[in-house]
Amino acid sequence: MIRFVNVTKNYPRAAGATALRDVSFRLGKGEFAFLTGPSGAGKSTILKLLYMSERPTYGEVRVSGYSSTKVKQREIAELRRRLGIVFQDFQLLEDRTAEANVAFALEVIGTPRASIPGKVARALTQVGLASKATALPRELSGGEQQRVAFARALVNDPFVLIADEPTGNLDERATRGIFQLLREINASGTAVIMATHDLALVRSTDYRCIELNHGAIVFDSADAPRVEVEMD
Amino acid sequence: MLAFRTAMTAFRRAPLLSALSVTTIAFSLFAFGLFGLVALNIKNALQRVEERVEIRAFVAEKTPVESIAVAADEIANYPQVLKVDIVTQSQALERARTELGEFRDVFESEFLPASMDIKLKPGFRDPASVKTVAANIRNFAFVDDVRFGEEWITQLYRLRNIAGVVGAALGLAFAVVAIIIIGATIRMAVLARSKEISIMRLVGATDGFIRRPFLIEGSIKGVLGGMLALVLTYLAMRTLEQYLHFETVFFDRRLALLGIVFGALMGLMGSAVSVGRHLRRI
Repeated sequence: MIRFVNVTKNYPRAAGATALRDVSFRLGKGEFAFLTGPSGAGKSTILKLLYMSERPTYGEVRVSGYSSTKVKQREIAELRRRLGIVFQDFQLLEDRTAEANVAFALEVIGTPRASIPGKVARALTQVGLASKATALPRELSGGEQQRVAFARALVNDPFVLIADEPTGNLDERATRGIFQLLREINASGTAVIMATHDLALVRSTDYRCIELNHGAIVFDSADAPRVEVEMD
Repeated sequence: MLAFRTAMTAFRRAPLLSALSVTTIAFSLFAFGLFGLVALNIKNALQRVEERVEIRAFVAEKTPVESIAVAADEIANYPQVLKVDIVTQSQALERARTELGEFRDVFESEFLPASMDIKLKPGFRDPASVKTVAANIRNFAFVDDVRFGEEWITQLYRLRNIAGVVGAALGLAFAVVAIIIIGATIRMAVLARSKEISIMRLVGATDGFIRRPFLIEGSIKGVLGGMLALVLTYLAMRTLEQYLHFETVFFDRRLALLGIVFGALMGLMGSAVSVGRHLRRI
């Protein structure tokens, strides 16, 4: 489903020019994996390569049949409709209600208007925010705002949820709530790949953990410290 | 339809920024419009002067009127000639009395020669064409002298050429300034919605889908700005007329429409460039 094959990513103009070195791994259908490592280790770069906001300098990224070596801009849009993406800073539109934020993800891909309210309500219910559908982001707590972001990511029934430090801005209680939500999402069949600094969170579960350092995979719990890991 | 609705929603969501964009576009086009109005009026004034360009061929005394009429018909058939008027000796005297009223009593007998007054078609009033026609007329045996104010016509055309070049350069400069200001204004509007654009991209909107509402929004702003600029230009012209007491010409319907289309194009292009640049960056 997701495959990185000897991926190297260089940023010629940046100080630390090489963000990833020869990274290879696979992520199977419905799997849950943490990406851990210090800042600058390459976690976010892996996620950007996954949703093809970046392309590898060398190697290949394959996501659900789309290859980074051949994909066209229009196909990237098609791919992203099948991904759910959440960020540390929620990325919500401040002037729109929770339900409008979720509906936005459907409107911009041309979903028929009649089917939008039902899908939005289902997504908000899934994240436990049905009662706050008409609240603006500023009227919600950090945890609740992140739940709205999750609802937006889930509303198109993605096959994988990509979460970049989703609990980074949250207190411990909200973090637990969001992580429980991630478990539920994964239990319903959606794969999850989550970048995090929170080692306590990682250790508290038996999910797969891929640890990065200086752009290389230094540990993969699925198969002892090795560069390429087969997970299908 | 969805793109149009989104564009309209953008106006509603950020009325102040939208109003600011429209006003900026309007004032940029207003400056351009004022310049255009001045250029148009100078062109009209020069055209009125140009209409007075004529060749006067003086006819030898005692030339039969029939011969003059035949020559006048022939000259009227020249491609450059608009019309030929025959001025008899008595008409010449009458004209002199009218034009030089203070010498009315001096003009007693028909001492002024008869002439053919030749008016040229627009486009043939330049020094070269006038000289060609004058040279042909000189070939008639009974024509004593041909006058056309050579120096005056040369000066007039020099002035016209200078006005044309200066006008084009200034017009271009005004247009460039307008484009830059409008582009910057629209870029501001795009940047104000950069988060929205990023999210659109992340959830799988195509670039075309993202662009369309911005292009519609930019065009609408351009049309509104163009219309406002037209109203401002008209009001400015009326005010100037009132205080300076001279008659001016305003843009005809075609030029006014062209101004609005120019505004729309500016809005469209400004948006296309700004959104395109933004999409390449994210």
